[in-house]
Amino acid sequence: MAVTVKIPTQLRAATGGEAELEVAGGTVGEVLDAVFEAHGDLRERITQDGDLRRFVNVYVSGEDIRFQDGLQTQIDDGAEVTILPAVAGG
Amino acid sequence: MSIESLKCKECGATYGLDAHYACENCFGPLEVAYDHSSLKADEAKRRIQAGSQGIWRYADFLPFVGRPGDPLEPGLTPLLRADRLAERLGLGAEIWIKNDAANPTHSFKDRVVAVAVAKAQELGFKTVACASTGNLANAVAAHAAAAGLESYVFVPANLEEQKLLATGVYGTNLVGVHGSYDDVNRLCTQLAETRPWAFVNVNLRPYYAEGSKTLAFETVEQLGWELPDRVVCPIASGSLFTKLGRGFQEWLDLGLVEGEQPVFNGAQAQGCSPVATAFAEGWEVCKPQKPETIAKSLAIGDPADGPYALEQARRTGGTVDAVNDREIRDGIRLLAETTGIFTETAGGVTVAALSKLAERGEIESKERVVVYITGEGLKTLDATRDSFQMHEIDPDLESFEAKFRQEVAV
Repeated sequence: MAVTVKIPTQLRAATGGEAELEVAGGTVGEVLDAVFEAHGDLRERITQDGDLRRFVNVYVSGEDIRFQDGLQTQIDDGAEVTILPAVAGG
Repeated sequence: MSIESLKCKECGATYGLDAHYACENCFGPLEVAYDHSSLKADEAKRRIQAGSQGIWRYADFLPFVGRPGDPLEPGLTPLLRADRLAERLGLGAEIWIKNDAANPTHSFKDRVVAVAVAKAQELGFKTVACASTGNLANAVAAHAAAAGLESYVFVPANLEEQKLLATGVYGTNLVGVHGSYDDVNRLCTQLAETRPWAFVNVNLRPYYAEGSKTLAFETVEQLGWELPDRVVCPIASGSLFTKLGRGFQEWLDLGLVEGEQPVFNGAQAQGCSPVATAFAEGWEVCKPQKPETIAKSLAIGDPADGPYALEQARRTGGTVDAVNDREIRDGIRLLAETTGIFTETAGGVTVAALSKLAERGEIESKERVVVYITGEGLKTLDATRDSFQMHEIDPDLESFEAKFRQEVAV
């Protein structure tokens, strides 16, 4: 399934400046694996011991995946996955 | 004291003093790092006491070289002894109320916004913006107006009417978003990537958060250069809670005050209690929640500084309590009846948490406790509706006597 992944400015050095990536995957975990396949540096920046780092938020079509099934959250064809720093607000 | 860099709280990576907020290596939050070495305690104290009657008297501890001009300076709000409140709670302890509703836009947010707007101007921004639960909206709109900057203020569209009115009046671009504060915050995080704006609590957050330290500094100064034994403070993002600790620590490190960190007691509303829940469960991170509470100014379901607030409460032997809507309303009444201070729902949360600590016997009689009241009751009037009755009479003595005969009998 084709999915658009939005990359925040803080991570664009690791994607050669790309703000959006098109990858395939049926769950958030699969999508992120596909992203790491293309841009190896991102794995360590976003994850730690196989899980998301504590200050990384991931949204599927605007909804935080922690309100869904985390990395197992299913993704529909054409959906948008957004990665953002969790350290804003308040 | 001089400001050195932005430093990641997680991995220690350093960055230049620009509009950055998240670490590129680990996404951790960036914080302002200072070099304290050239400042002596005596000299620092003298400079504070010779300073302005507001937060800029602490300019040596804020992220600027020199002291920025500020047409709407907040701070030096009253610290009041609340003996009747202590009595009602059955406490022998000294209870002090730091009434931070006494700021230009009636909440503690004036402190952080004053710092952020000054930094925005220094960095050359023409527009300031924020994601807000209400109080920040008031403050950003007002301080932008005072500084002659354009502003965009994003809030959940279902905010209290008083907070919307007290924002729009300043001529800001008020944007009501159909969603929760966390939705608004996500949107602003995305907008901060595309708009050349200073989002005070996104890309300027490291500077903005520093403003909260001034509440710690004032507390120490107003207590005669002594630390409280315990503080009770509301938690939304956890930024105020953790920066109070940092403020005390900076002055301890410099020798401006002696002793140790107070016990930190946090207060949340049950309807939005990610930090209190994580505290009770023993978690190191917070699980986000969908807020459902009358304490809208604290309705942040995904608190950015949650892990640090948890750590601070645990390290100091404190707690994080959650209180329900009825307790919040009772807290507002209790404070009003015993101190003459009318606070908003967030203050109700804080006073209700103080009541819980008192009930559990956690506060000892020799303690000195400071309770942070962060906002004004006139902004959340609905919370007091139907909590009392007005006596209606005709304009004649008989009518009055008929109503109040019992009270004047004998």
